[in-house]
Order: sequence, then structure tokens, then C-alpha cells
Amino acid sequence: MELISPSDLAKTKVQTVQDYVLFSWQAVSNLFLKPIYFIDMLLQADTIGVGSLPIVVLTGFFTGAVLALQASNTLERFGSITLVGQLVSTSMVRELGPVLTSLMVAGRNSSGMASELGSMIVTEQIDAMRALGTDPMKKLVTPRIVATVFMLFFLTIISDLVGLVGGLAIAKLLLQLDARQYWYNAWETLVFQDVFMGLIKPVIFGFIIATIGCFYGMNARGGTQGVGRATTQAMVAASVLILAMDLIVTRFLMATLAYH
Amino acid sequence: MSVPTSPLDCVTAQPERDSPPAITFEDVALAFGDNEVLRGVSFHLPRGETKAIFGVAGSGKSLLLKLAMGLIRPDSGRIVVLGEDVTQMSEHDLFKLRGKIGIVFQESALFDSLSVRENVAYRLMEEHGVYDNDIDRRVREALRFVELEHTLDLYPSELSGGMRRRVAIARAVINEPELLLYDSPTGGLDPITSNTIIELIVKQRDVNKTSALMVTHRLQDAFTMATHQFDQKANRMVPLPKGKHCDVPMSFLLLRNGKVLFDGDMEQLAHSQDEYIREYIS
Repeated sequence: MELISPSDLAKTKVQTVQDYVLFSWQAVSNLFLKPIYFIDMLLQADTIGVGSLPIVVLTGFFTGAVLALQASNTLERFGSITLVGQLVSTSMVRELGPVLTSLMVAGRNSSGMASELGSMIVTEQIDAMRALGTDPMKKLVTPRIVATVFMLFFLTIISDLVGLVGGLAIAKLLLQLDARQYWYNAWETLVFQDVFMGLIKPVIFGFIIATIGCFYGMNARGGTQGVGRATTQAMVAASVLILAMDLIVTRFLMATLAYH
Repeated sequence: MSVPTSPLDCVTAQPERDSPPAITFEDVALAFGDNEVLRGVSFHLPRGETKAIFGVAGSGKSLLLKLAMGLIRPDSGRIVVLGEDVTQMSEHDLFKLRGKIGIVFQESALFDSLSVRENVAYRLMEEHGVYDNDIDRRVREALRFVELEHTLDLYPSELSGGMRRRVAIARAVINEPELLLYDSPTGGLDPITSNTIIELIVKQRDVNKTSALMVTHRLQDAFTMATHQFDQKANRMVPLPKGKHCDVPMSFLLLRNGKVLFDGDMEQLAHSQDEYIREYIS
């Protein structure tokens, strides 16, 4: 195996980051340049949004349910088991809903975009597209970014809601709590900051999922093996970036939204 | 696609020597890392002529087509295509120029998620937005040209290798380009299918008088093109009449070690004294 010097490795990484930033900038700036491919955006919204609905619903439900179960164990020790609704609600809306939904969508779509675009690269379809007078960035990348950002926002809302239903199922069936009280606590505890934080995250994460998937796909090299590598890298990079950005965004919003 | 009704003897013609060349390469160099693939390549393609490009694998033949199309940029040198310097043009301007050029990729590069109809109509759909009757007529006409009208609603995965190449040719010629670029159009095909593809290329050359660059590994394909012409009445390729001089607009270019070793017609190639060329064509 060939050894790479640390400085060369660092240069490569910095170059990759620079390329990614330029790639993202170009994709976003295409939103303001004609032609705009609305049909492709709708098709991608269907593939990414509607296609991801089953896994998002299942993830949300089981996360809410297990959260209620785990919380009940701790809250029972303090005689506060009725606060399960509050805990599920704030955890789902502020953190678990956006993050887990994004991770599931990243697993499904970031890798999907990388493999689809990567296959098009190695079979010269992207070159053919350019040769036929179409900008692949406008036709393939920008619609995927718009569709992912838009649909992840709504998928997160669905995931939050289904998570609360999952928590309710546990609260009602296993913990014998009153359903009305659960909903009242869950609803009343939410404040503007919670909802804002929970809905700004999917916008950022959606952008990461789509740009990372498309970036690795459009830079795939080396035949089918290269496509496989791009697919794996896209999923790993998107997942890690989502978690890292989650920490940064949470800290930033907690500071700016005056959380106590 | 308009089809002239000239008789057999007049089908072939000398390239338009007076008009500016369709393609000019001036001292073009390109390297990937330490690997210098092209080292000062210069040649020109007169309008109406087809030039076959030869060379061993990795000699940079396909790169010449991608450079001419502006899909990649050279490290140095100048490339003028249809009067425009592609080395100085922005990607946006290149999209306009590419509207006048058709390209057939080595592995066809058909969009696998689109049907044959959508693949062939792609360029027109991008220009007009909707699939109307005019586009449908032109798609059918282009597919009739390659004798594949019955495959309209099939997908590329349902076609054989030869059929995919023919669909790629239909896609390339649908808007009657001024210049055609063929990247190994017969590579990996059986002799009969190869002959069908060569016949289509000769048809395009002789009937529509389109300038073309053709990368190929198969010397016999280029020799067939140099010794045959398209008979519109019989709708097939026929050998040039014996004893009758009928100059076919066809030339040969041989690349070696990143440079042009030979650029000339078949007669010059056949009589070359260069040892490498003699070995190559033997």
C-alpha cells in the first residue's frame, strides 16, 4: 500500500472541502438562473419525500415509544411519571425528530443520490448530458437539493407527531396514564424556541444530505467500485456532518434564543 | 432530416477546402498528473470531411473528441470548432456551440432511465420544453434513419449493443448537426453489426455532408469508409466504381506517444515509408 505524507493528506482534505463549498455554491446559485427544472424538483420530491415516508413514520413511532418507556423508569423514581408527555414532546421536537429523520433520509437518499449520479458519471451519461446542451448541475443537483430541503421539513413534522403517538401508546397501554393528560402535557410544554429549533434543523440537514450525496456522486471515479465507494462515503459523511452540525446548531440556537 | 436526391456519381464530394475548417487543433497538450497524454497535437478537419483517428489504447484518441466538445480543457494550445475557440469559452457559451455538434460515445451513453423516444428527443425537449407533434415526427425520422423506428418505447436495457449504438447515432443526428464526433462506434460489436454502423456513418457523410471525427481501433472500418459510398437509390453502401476516380472526403490521423504521427488520405497512408505505420496497417 502506498503511503501518503501527512501534508499531502491534509492538502487533499482541504481541497475536498473547498470543492464541496464551490459545488454547493454553484448548486444554490443555479436557483436564480434559467432554466429551472420544476418537473424534476417535483419528481425528486416524490422520490425523496413520499418514498421516505414509511421509514420516517416507523422510526418516529418506535423512537417516541422507547423514549416514553425509558423516561417512565427514571420519572417513576421521583414520582413524576405524569411528566412523560413533556419529556417525549421536547425530546422529539427539539432533537430526536429532526436528527433521526435526517439520519434515516441520509441513509436512504444520500447514498441513493451518490450511486445514481456516480453511475451516470462512469457510464458517460453526465458527459452526454453536457454534450446535449444541458447543465447537469441545474438538471440533476439543484432539484435534488430543493426537494430534500423542502420534504425533510415536512417529514420531520410527521416524525415528531408520530413519535408523540408512539409515546402515547406506551403511556396509555403500559403505564396506564390518562391520554388527555399526556397530550395536554406534551402540547403545553412546547414553546416557540422548541418548535423553531426543531424546524430549522431539517432545513440545514436536508441541505447537507443532498449536497453531500450529489457531491460524492458527481465526483465518483473508477467504475463500479468507485460508485460503491462514493455511496458509502456519502452516507458516512452525511451522517457524521448531521450529528456535528446538530451540536453546533443546538449550541448556537440555545445561546441566541435565550434558553434557560 | 432533409435527404438530397443526387445521383450516385454525385453523392460523394470533395470537402469544402475554401471554407474554414470544422475543427482546428493547434499545439494542444494535456497531462493527467505526470502522465503527458497529448504533447503538441495539431491538425485540422476540413468541412464535409470525415477523419478517422487511430492509435494504441491510451494514446488519447477519445480525449481529442472530448477536447473538441469542450468537455475537458487542454493544458495548453488552441482548439477552434466551427469558428469558435472552445479553449476560451465559458461552459454557458459552450452549451450553445454543442447544439451544432453531435457525439456518439464509446458505450453509447444513453440515459438508462429514459425510453428510446425520450433519449432521441432529449435535445429537442430541452429546447422546446414539451413533446409535440413536430418533435415526434423528427424522432421517428431520426430512428428511421438508423432503421429502429419500432424501438420507440423500449428502454436502453432492452436493446442489443448494436441497437444502442444506432439509437445513439439517431440522438446525435436529430438536430442535423454541422459536426459529428464518433467514439469507437463499432468497438466490441460483431462484424455484421459493425458494418451496419459504418454504413450509417457513410450515409451521414455522403447524404448530409456532415464533417466528422471518428475514433476507432478497427482499421478495416476506416478502409471500408474510404472505399465505399452511399447509394441513395439502393439505400445501401456500395464499393466505389472500379477504374473511376471518385474522391471520398475521408482522411486518416495516427497518434503515437501523444503526437500526430500521420495525417493524410488513404493513398498516402498506404504508401507511407514509416516503419511504425507500415507495421500498424499491415
